[in-house]
Amino acid sequence: MSRHGDRGFRFATGAVAGLVLLIVLGIGFELTRQSSLSIRKFGFSFWTTKTWDPVAGDFGALPFIWGTLYSSALALLIATPIALGIAVFISELSPRMLRQPLTYLTELLAAIPSIVYGLWGIFVLVPVVRKLEVVLGLKPALGVGMGAAALILAVMVIPFTSSVAREILKNVPSAQREAAYALGATRWEAIKVAIGFGKSGIMGAVMLGFGRALGETMAVTMVIGNSTIISLSPAKPQYTMAAVLANEFTEAADELYLHALIEIGLFLFIITVVINALSRLLIWKVKAA
Amino acid sequence: MKKCVLILAAILVACKPAETPKEPAGAAAQINGAGATFPNPIYSKWFDEYGKAHPGVRINYQPIGSGGGIKQLSAQTVFFGATDGPMTDEQLKAAPGPILHFPTVLGAVVPIYNIEGASQPLRFSGDVLAKIYLGRITKWNDAAIAALNPGVTLPATELAVVHRSDGSGTTYIWCDFLSKVSAEYKEKVGVATSVNWPAGVGAKGNEGVAGLVQQTPGAIGYVELIYALHNKIPFGSVQNKSGEFVTASLASVTAAAAGVAVPDDFHVSITNPDGKDAYPIASFTWMLLYQNPADKARARTMVDFLKWALSDGQTFAPDLGYAQLPKPVVEKELAALGKVAI
Repeated sequence: MSRHGDRGFRFATGAVAGLVLLIVLGIGFELTRQSSLSIRKFGFSFWTTKTWDPVAGDFGALPFIWGTLYSSALALLIATPIALGIAVFISELSPRMLRQPLTYLTELLAAIPSIVYGLWGIFVLVPVVRKLEVVLGLKPALGVGMGAAALILAVMVIPFTSSVAREILKNVPSAQREAAYALGATRWEAIKVAIGFGKSGIMGAVMLGFGRALGETMAVTMVIGNSTIISLSPAKPQYTMAAVLANEFTEAADELYLHALIEIGLFLFIITVVINALSRLLIWKVKAA
Repeated sequence: MKKCVLILAAILVACKPAETPKEPAGAAAQINGAGATFPNPIYSKWFDEYGKAHPGVRINYQPIGSGGGIKQLSAQTVFFGATDGPMTDEQLKAAPGPILHFPTVLGAVVPIYNIEGASQPLRFSGDVLAKIYLGRITKWNDAAIAALNPGVTLPATELAVVHRSDGSGTTYIWCDFLSKVSAEYKEKVGVATSVNWPAGVGAKGNEGVAGLVQQTPGAIGYVELIYALHNKIPFGSVQNKSGEFVTASLASVTAAAAGVAVPDDFHVSITNPDGKDAYPIASFTWMLLYQNPADKARARTMVDFLKWALSDGQTFAPDLGYAQLPKPVVEKELAALGKVAI
């Protein structure tokens, strides 16, 4: 009887795990199928042209790809040092008493719904960014744009990166630190050793944050300005893949238009899968060591 | 495992009768519809009121957007659709059967702006609005704006153009008007629920556009009249075809519908209509029904409902901020309802 239970349980959990894989494959397949019109019509130029004209039925996704990668990269640039600082403080320096509340508070950031971040972005962050842009003389000084999007993404990414980095640091064998101290290292030098040991895992934590930033939709849509502009300027309104999907999907009644949108979804799906797989690989490497 | 299956089976059996409740003779089961978000408040009110007066009739409406409504209706997953822009010929051809359009109420789109020191509501013309949205006019004190607003000191602030980022019937109506008054706008931008904007930033929803305009000095945007009225946002007047500057109101929107010859299929854009009192950026919103629905009981219920919505139902419109249909349109529609094969 109990053996039956074992087998049944194994089968059930195995089936569920397999189901996840099937779902991922199914999503990939369905996205490809439903974007076939656009893939056939535009081919590779879909990824390299800048015009997005639903009226004329002319679609190029470059501004969205640019905006997605650029906003996520900027967000990482802001979030990584902060997240690492939090992780190091919590795992290495903070008094025991503070550890739990600090962990809880950073993780609370991840629990806030993105629409709330978006509203906060519109009413608090955007006016501040606008004032900053006016002071710095950046045009067009609207407040909404790449800069605001990157800032909001950074706040959203911090809890992810910092909690994984904290776990990584916790997993660094204490022998490493002890050895450093034994050699007469200062605390700072011992921390450096620990970070060095967990380097690839911390890279993984950063990439996980990147994956999170790539797919973020609502908060970004609300502050990025939604314009198909490709620019390095953080003051310029731009666009992301997730944002254009959220914006235009419901009203896209034309077949080709719909297929073009789904093709963007397909691309977003692929890069998210790749980035997440890479980050997981890096994290496993440290945990296995 | 076995137990689970049994429980599941029990639940399924228990659920079944609930899906097909006994109905009074003549009434249909639940009728599902989907489509435009703009008329959702009045449709909800109508279905609620009609359901109260006719027990057994349950009409369920999902405001998923006009595009979604057309898609769902074409796929026959809903019984009726609703849209802010008439279906295109291609869409009609792609549908499995002929589809009829029935205007239900009227909506309008108004320009809102944020400039300091404007003592009175600004006046706009279609030409000026088109040039602003094309990025041709970039400063508030441009001669073209000043010429429409004698006596108003306009600042030298740069215009910050705000448009909808999400696909929307509001954008459709706005672009429809601007395309009618400006050949350049028609050629470069065109008419659709989402367009390739030559200028400005996109904000999500009426609330996003209004929020951004109110925050940004020098901003101009467009929102639904209802949204502006409910939130007490001041808006500008727009010059109509007869040269009058008309402020949008329920009466001036109804006047717009009266200023257009409505064809038998009701596929008509009423932007830039004739009539001295007509507000030029207005539109019908439509319900969509198959001409030969397979389910006759549901079809009868829908036709009865529409008869009520076009007559008694219209009285609910003004309270919710919608303009009523003009009498001749209602009469024409009541006649057209006879086309539905029931």
